[in-house]
Amino acid sequence: MSDVSDSPKKQSTGPDIHTASEQASDREGPAIVSRRWMLLKAGIALNGLVGLAMAVPIVRYLLAPVRKDDSYKSWISLGDANSFSVGETRLVSFKNPYTRPWDGETDNVAAYVRKESADRFTVFAINCAHLGCPVRWFPQSQLFMCPCHGGVYYADGSRASGPPERGLFTYEYKIAGGQLQIDAGQMPSLSNSAKLVNIDVPAKDGDCRCRG
Amino acid sequence: MPRIKQTANQVYDWLERRLQVEGPIKEAVLHKVPRNTASWWYVFGSAAFTLLMLQIVTGILLALVYVPSGAEAWNSLNILNHEVPLGWFLRAVHAWGSNFMVAVVFIHMAQVFLFGAYKYPRELTWTVGVFLLLMTLGMAFTGQVLRFDQDAYWGLGIGVFIMSRVPIAGGSLVHLLLGGPTIAGATLSRFFALHVFVIPGTLLFLVAVHVWMVLKLGVNEWPMPGRLVRKETYTAEYNKLAHEDGIPFVPGAFWKDLIFSGAVLAAVGVCAAVLGPFGPSGQPDPSIIQTVPKPDFPFLWIYAVLSYLPPSMETPFILIAPILMIAGLLAVPFVASEGEKSWHRRPVAVLALSMVAVSWAVFTHLAMSTPWSPHMSAWSGDPLPVKYLQEATPLVRQGAVIFQAKQCRNCHSIGGLGGQRGPTLDSIATRMTPDQMRYKVVTGGGNMPAYGKNLSPPEIEALVSFLETLHPKGEPPAFDASQQAAQLNAAPVGGSTTP
Repeated sequence: MSDVSDSPKKQSTGPDIHTASEQASDREGPAIVSRRWMLLKAGIALNGLVGLAMAVPIVRYLLAPVRKDDSYKSWISLGDANSFSVGETRLVSFKNPYTRPWDGETDNVAAYVRKESADRFTVFAINCAHLGCPVRWFPQSQLFMCPCHGGVYYADGSRASGPPERGLFTYEYKIAGGQLQIDAGQMPSLSNSAKLVNIDVPAKDGDCRCRG
Repeated sequence: MPRIKQTANQVYDWLERRLQVEGPIKEAVLHKVPRNTASWWYVFGSAAFTLLMLQIVTGILLALVYVPSGAEAWNSLNILNHEVPLGWFLRAVHAWGSNFMVAVVFIHMAQVFLFGAYKYPRELTWTVGVFLLLMTLGMAFTGQVLRFDQDAYWGLGIGVFIMSRVPIAGGSLVHLLLGGPTIAGATLSRFFALHVFVIPGTLLFLVAVHVWMVLKLGVNEWPMPGRLVRKETYTAEYNKLAHEDGIPFVPGAFWKDLIFSGAVLAAVGVCAAVLGPFGPSGQPDPSIIQTVPKPDFPFLWIYAVLSYLPPSMETPFILIAPILMIAGLLAVPFVASEGEKSWHRRPVAVLALSMVAVSWAVFTHLAMSTPWSPHMSAWSGDPLPVKYLQEATPLVRQGAVIFQAKQCRNCHSIGGLGGQRGPTLDSIATRMTPDQMRYKVVTGGGNMPAYGKNLSPPEIEALVSFLETLHPKGEPPAFDASQQAAQLNAAPVGGSTTP
């Protein structure tokens, strides 16, 4: 019985179609055996080669989301720069510039805009620098507080207390045509360009992080 | 009747002639196991398998309605909960089945560890088991993401921040995790693929390998103190035990497996029917920031650990600890592949397991009571006990208003209400002098932000005079002994030492 179930497997492995009776010939001359083994190896090599050729586009497809930060980001308007009042920190939201039609409400992004003077702004990401939870602004005590692990930040975004290692992330901004614009499109995290902005040190006069 | 029986036999023979499974199945079912392995301690592995089957069945049923799209997932969950008849029950069974599966897998692992069942020749069974544990946790996490609500969204955010700490490749890993630059539709799609195809496929394959080895190597015998495992003699000893004092696996040991599995399934059903499904909480709109995200039960302990790490330890710990934990688990059977199996003679193993269990329980409890999180609405929602304001001077009342309005309450509880991030302040005046309070309020320190910039000197004065009144009746407030002595000494001369 087991011979019967074995033979179809054997046939499918190689081009040489022999019957079960030929099993005995496996033990015969080395020439025949090595020819079969050579054909088997050829089969493996062919599959390996085709597999490799297929793997290249598959890997490229899998790595498609990996891009430079800048390729995801673009300038977004947060509204008239004059609509913000000096000394105030306000929650704004905007649509993420990089979207797919099936993103739904996940493409809404929130940020805090703080107008420091007539033409100086700081735009904070909503994400706590510890683990990314959304921080809340309390104007009465001039503090940002995180609901997850209790990270607290001062009004200028610098770390006040709790587990975060650094201050809040900021967006680059510019004022174009009277509009406050920020360079957004990427979730801020410790690995992207946001980490280069050191906001623990108070910005000097003329040290504007704006572009363009 | 005889004719029906005859036909049935013919059908059976026809099938068996082609399938040829009777032999292997009989061999597996009737193989002898040592008599004392027919124990209630040996039922957790089969219960985990039963739960896996339950998860597959309920998962497929949920997939009939669930839409794995960023824009629609949350709505389809609500339709499952509220419109599809008994959709809520299916969701509840799947969710509770998940919790039970994680719990049973951990209990199974603890039992195997305690019984020394990972020792020779079952090292690889343990190794595969470690990966099964990781797959189970992977299912739990990806499943939480498919419940595409606020907790799922911000839980993914935590994943992003953990990934982003990886040196050099961090940014690319974040993009791979999310399928793009932000948590969005692409993220849900890939987590759906992981939860429904990739991880379950791997899980089933590894379960097959795991069970195959259990059948081939036999169920671990009951550990006896003094019966040492030696590679040279173990197999012969085990076979002797299984054959001389053995019983067929079915029904000898299997009836307990069946009854326990049935009980676990019933427990899942009761939990689902009584306690209902989990969520979904609010819709996954990141511009809604009035949210307090929390991970599901199996990951609460990590949530707690992450809040206690000092800032300088975050990155090294997050990146190195999981590798060490997994490596430690994988190393267990290779470090101790021979020797004692009995817990009576393995004090280090018992202590290690107890320590892990106690730490896990403590961190999970802490995560549930969240003493470190500020209570975001305490300042506006929790009233101040009236007794603290009776006979209060206007200055003290003003201080109480500042205490509420400046969110002090979010971290400091009074009268049992408010955050617990900072110390409870009901008797603060007995612990700190007014000068110490002033200093602490202005400069902060520890886990307290400095309020120096945000409070005017009169506000600080009012706040401190309120805090000074917070002491139990009959227990005097703290005072500065040296200052008092200086005042007493200075008094006869007629001058005041206070500036």
